[in-house]
Amino acid sequence: MTEIFWLIPFIPAASTFVLAVFGKKLPKKYVSFQACFAVFASFVISVISALGLLQTAHGSYPLVKNLFSWIQAGSFQVNLSLMFDPLSAVMALVVSGVGFIIHVYSVGYMADDEGYTRYFTYLNLFTFAMLILVMASNLVLMFVGWEGVGLCSYLLIGFWFEKHSAANAGKKAFIVSRIGDTGFLLGILFIFIHIGSAEFTAINQAISGGAISAGLATLLAILLFVGATGKSAQIPLYVWLPDAMEGPTPVSALIHAATMVTAGVYMVSRMNLLYTLSETAAQIVALVGAVTAVYAATMALTQNDIKRVLAYSTISQIGYMFIGCGVGAYAAGMFHLYTHAFFKSLLFLAAGSVMHALSGEIDMKKMGGLRKYLPLTYPTFLIGAIAIAGVPFFSGFFSKDAILTKAFAQGQYSAFYYFIWGLGIMGAVLTAFYMFRLIFVTFHGTERLDPEVKKHIHESPKVMTIPLVILAFFSVVAGYVGLPVVLGEKLNFFSKFLEPVIKEVHEVHLSLQTEWILIAIAAFVALLGIIIAYVFYIRSPMIPRNLATRFPAIYKLLFNKYYVDEIYNAVFVNPTVKGSEIIYDNFDLKVIDGAVNGTATATGFTGKILSYFQSGLIKDYALIFLLGVIIFLAYLLF
Amino acid sequence: MNLPVLSLVTFLPLAGAVLLIFVHRGRENLLRILTLVITIITFIFSLTLYFNFNDQIPDPQFVEKADWLGYGINYHIGVDGISLFLILLTTLLMPIIILSSWTYIRKKVKEYVIFMLILETGIIGVFVALNLFLFYVFWEAMLIPMYFLIGVWGGPRKIYATLKFVLFTMLGSLLMLVAIFFLYSMYYKATGVYSFNLFDYYRLILNPNIQIWLFLAFALSFAIKVPLFPFHTWLPDAHVEAPTGGSVILAAVLLKMGTYGFLRFALPLFPDAVMRFLPLLAVLSLIGIIYGGLMALIQKDAKSLVAYSSVSHMGLIMLAVFALNTEAIEGAIYQMLNHGLSTGALFLIVGILYERSHTRMISDFGGVSKQMPVFSAFFLICMLSSVGLPGLNGFIGEILCIFGIFKANKLLAILGISTVILAAAYLLWMFQRVMQGPITNEKIFSFKDINKREIGYLVPIVIMMFWMGIYPKPFLRKMDSSVTHLLNRVSKREIYFTQSRKDKDFLLEIEPKTTKAKNEEKEDKFR
Repeated sequence: MTEIFWLIPFIPAASTFVLAVFGKKLPKKYVSFQACFAVFASFVISVISALGLLQTAHGSYPLVKNLFSWIQAGSFQVNLSLMFDPLSAVMALVVSGVGFIIHVYSVGYMADDEGYTRYFTYLNLFTFAMLILVMASNLVLMFVGWEGVGLCSYLLIGFWFEKHSAANAGKKAFIVSRIGDTGFLLGILFIFIHIGSAEFTAINQAISGGAISAGLATLLAILLFVGATGKSAQIPLYVWLPDAMEGPTPVSALIHAATMVTAGVYMVSRMNLLYTLSETAAQIVALVGAVTAVYAATMALTQNDIKRVLAYSTISQIGYMFIGCGVGAYAAGMFHLYTHAFFKSLLFLAAGSVMHALSGEIDMKKMGGLRKYLPLTYPTFLIGAIAIAGVPFFSGFFSKDAILTKAFAQGQYSAFYYFIWGLGIMGAVLTAFYMFRLIFVTFHGTERLDPEVKKHIHESPKVMTIPLVILAFFSVVAGYVGLPVVLGEKLNFFSKFLEPVIKEVHEVHLSLQTEWILIAIAAFVALLGIIIAYVFYIRSPMIPRNLATRFPAIYKLLFNKYYVDEIYNAVFVNPTVKGSEIIYDNFDLKVIDGAVNGTATATGFTGKILSYFQSGLIKDYALIFLLGVIIFLAYLLF
Repeated sequence: MNLPVLSLVTFLPLAGAVLLIFVHRGRENLLRILTLVITIITFIFSLTLYFNFNDQIPDPQFVEKADWLGYGINYHIGVDGISLFLILLTTLLMPIIILSSWTYIRKKVKEYVIFMLILETGIIGVFVALNLFLFYVFWEAMLIPMYFLIGVWGGPRKIYATLKFVLFTMLGSLLMLVAIFFLYSMYYKATGVYSFNLFDYYRLILNPNIQIWLFLAFALSFAIKVPLFPFHTWLPDAHVEAPTGGSVILAAVLLKMGTYGFLRFALPLFPDAVMRFLPLLAVLSLIGIIYGGLMALIQKDAKSLVAYSSVSHMGLIMLAVFALNTEAIEGAIYQMLNHGLSTGALFLIVGILYERSHTRMISDFGGVSKQMPVFSAFFLICMLSSVGLPGLNGFIGEILCIFGIFKANKLLAILGISTVILAAAYLLWMFQRVMQGPITNEKIFSFKDINKREIGYLVPIVIMMFWMGIYPKPFLRKMDSSVTHLLNRVSKREIYFTQSRKDKDFLLEIEPKTTKAKNEEKEDKFR
């Protein structure tokens, strides 16, 4: 049965085609049925294929299906071929599984929207592109998916394009990601030219065979990572993601939390041999991840927009995944990607449910005490928050702990990794704090609802709450496929599954004692963050206000997100536009075109002067003739 | 097949134009329908070129030869893997242009369609001519209908724009004419035979020092056509003033004559000079890419924006041409087709907006998507094709170009890749200002979505965009052997430059005729 795995991306593709071409004529109910069914079908095939993988011997990886030879010109030979190995399987399961749940949720969330069909067309198209990204058997095809999801992100962020802010945010997302993509593309071409193929198997073989020196590996790995910072919203290219919250909330859950933004992590894991080869590149990945994790978390502290808090949280959590990759714990990074997909999409969908209840309100200041109105949304939201905060026995705890333990263990080689670990711990406190700030301000405390909004307050329909419950369930249990090593190597089923694709570097073993201490620290910081949030926002709500007045500069800096948008505008965007205007007015029109017109005028002018001599009067001609003869004679004589 | 297909394709439009002279000018719809039929028939005939094209043969196929004026001035035409798709692009776009002009052109319809048909013959003639004299005749002849198309049906500054366009082009081509006659005399001196035959000239091995001058004469003419920075300023003016149909043909096909000229004439005839000027030309192309993109960013007129985007895109094509490797040149040819489709389509789209609003100023629009959702979808696809989104045609061309450039020179590729960001910036920004946001201009509420005719001519373009993006093989395969052949010709002759002879003779040597060429000659005599 596994040979049909290549159908996984093409079912949503077929559905996209039908919706795009005939969507206008189809009834709404059918549209949503087809869109959801297509993704569900992909999910079923993914499950079948993944089960098939479990049964096949490790040696027979990966399954490859070559559809046709795509581009052939000289040495540029690229096939349109898909592959399915444990890494692809994890991603395909997440994309189609979580994707399906979000599709279903959207049926309720988007029910009254004018662009219902358009929405599901885009969503299916996204699923298709994302599945191509994760199942491509070569870098070029991966890039196709990579750009494809970028397009869908653009379309869905700007879904309500009548709003200036939405249209702007979509454009910004596309252009900023494209800046990263140029690095990615250069990396791809460089690898292609150096190795002569873009197929992952060929690249891995070449790397294993020593075809790439460490220096070259550093360059290539960094080029690829530039692409990852754009797509996965890391420093310095993260700026588009907070704005991306302009899109419909399920889109934020699917694209900007669970799947697309994690593509960079997937890509780095896919190229793990390359990153293993270059210590420098791996350290850069870890450092960018760790700094981003803390930096984004600080920005989440002061935001009042419920979705933006989650957006910064996503940036921060992806930072953790990159720490995993950077310290050589690719499996742990992927593990966090997988658990994050559940609890973060849960948080977004639950936030969407809150917005749905409050007629689209997103400002936390205008909420408070919502827990009694939203009997299902509240507990699911809470579960998501607990999971992301890293409270023991919830999924986020296991994955975050796996990353940080590995980072700490790497410290044996270089103190640098202790630093990374320290940042990770710091980020963990902040995460627990801002998540519970969100919970307390939104669901607890005094009601600050607009009376008009309060009149219409209602829990969301079943089509939205059931997905919440399912995701909440997985936010709890998903972690149990990857239990800490302390409990026994065999229990970490997740990394066992990925082992054929991912070569763990530096098999370091910490003593049992150290591991338990690390686990205790992780658990402690999570609880610490929650307790501080409780004190700040429930026990004595004066503290945060006092802090804000006592340290106005810091508060303003955080509240305004370090002014990075403003800085980017002042340094990159405005000079480009203004500079181009100046060049256009003064150089293109005046110098170049001026030279052209000048030549024309000069020609005309010369013609005019010459035309004086062409007066048509014979006496003038005779005079000129005479002059000519005299000059000629003079020349001959002297 | 004994039918002279190529001549048929070339002259069918001209014959049609002659036919139309006898149609009464009042019967405008009949004129339009007849023109449409003629262009469609031409297109169908041109398809037979594609289907009967043998992709194993590098040399021109469907060759037709006939004596014409004597002294080497012969009728000699043929198609190879480089020109094949440019011809198909022309014949495909012509019916589309006629359809797009259906209601756009309301005055002097008869003259308009006649000029269009004459233009088509001129363009195809340029691409098929293998005799340099014949080539020059087509090259100049094509200017005349273009002159009238802008000058009669153009906008308020049409006279300025036409003059600029014609003078610019003439300046270049006059120098080229001198160079052609120089080659003619060289060949006569060497062999005692009069010939304008391109393949005879390929055999001339000229002194690198004289090559430089000849190359410059050819290159200037082609660089203006492309247009290469800094010869580009005629383009925005011509585009802004030209009617939609004129802009489409100008952007889609006329600019390609420049790049085609480099591939067909300038590179293989003067390979040593090419090597010497390579750095300069590559840098100018690179400047064009970035400069064109930056200028496009800030244009206020939508047509002007698309015109500057052409400067940027054509810069990438030129840079790829000068990379001189298979991937880059196939990418360049592919990208010539892509640019023809996507930029042509963008001009059609601006034209559709213009017909509804009588303005092209970007700031006059906003929120059009709401009013014209179907149009919006087409606009989006064409824009993405131009941006080079994978899955659409532009990506294949772009990645091949950049791959080839990267292979030749890494720095150029790194700088050239900025086109990927710039194109996204200026096109998405325009799309946002025109199509998205709230509707601010009252007029927009009266806009009607595109009708069946408009959908009808956009659909073939969009289908081609997807086809060329998803399955490029049928196209690339047919270019392959001609491109390899061309590269052999250019690189083989590099040796002479490295030997750097200082002979005073203009002509160093002449290669013997290939046996194949000799056989052909015998056949000719036998006839």
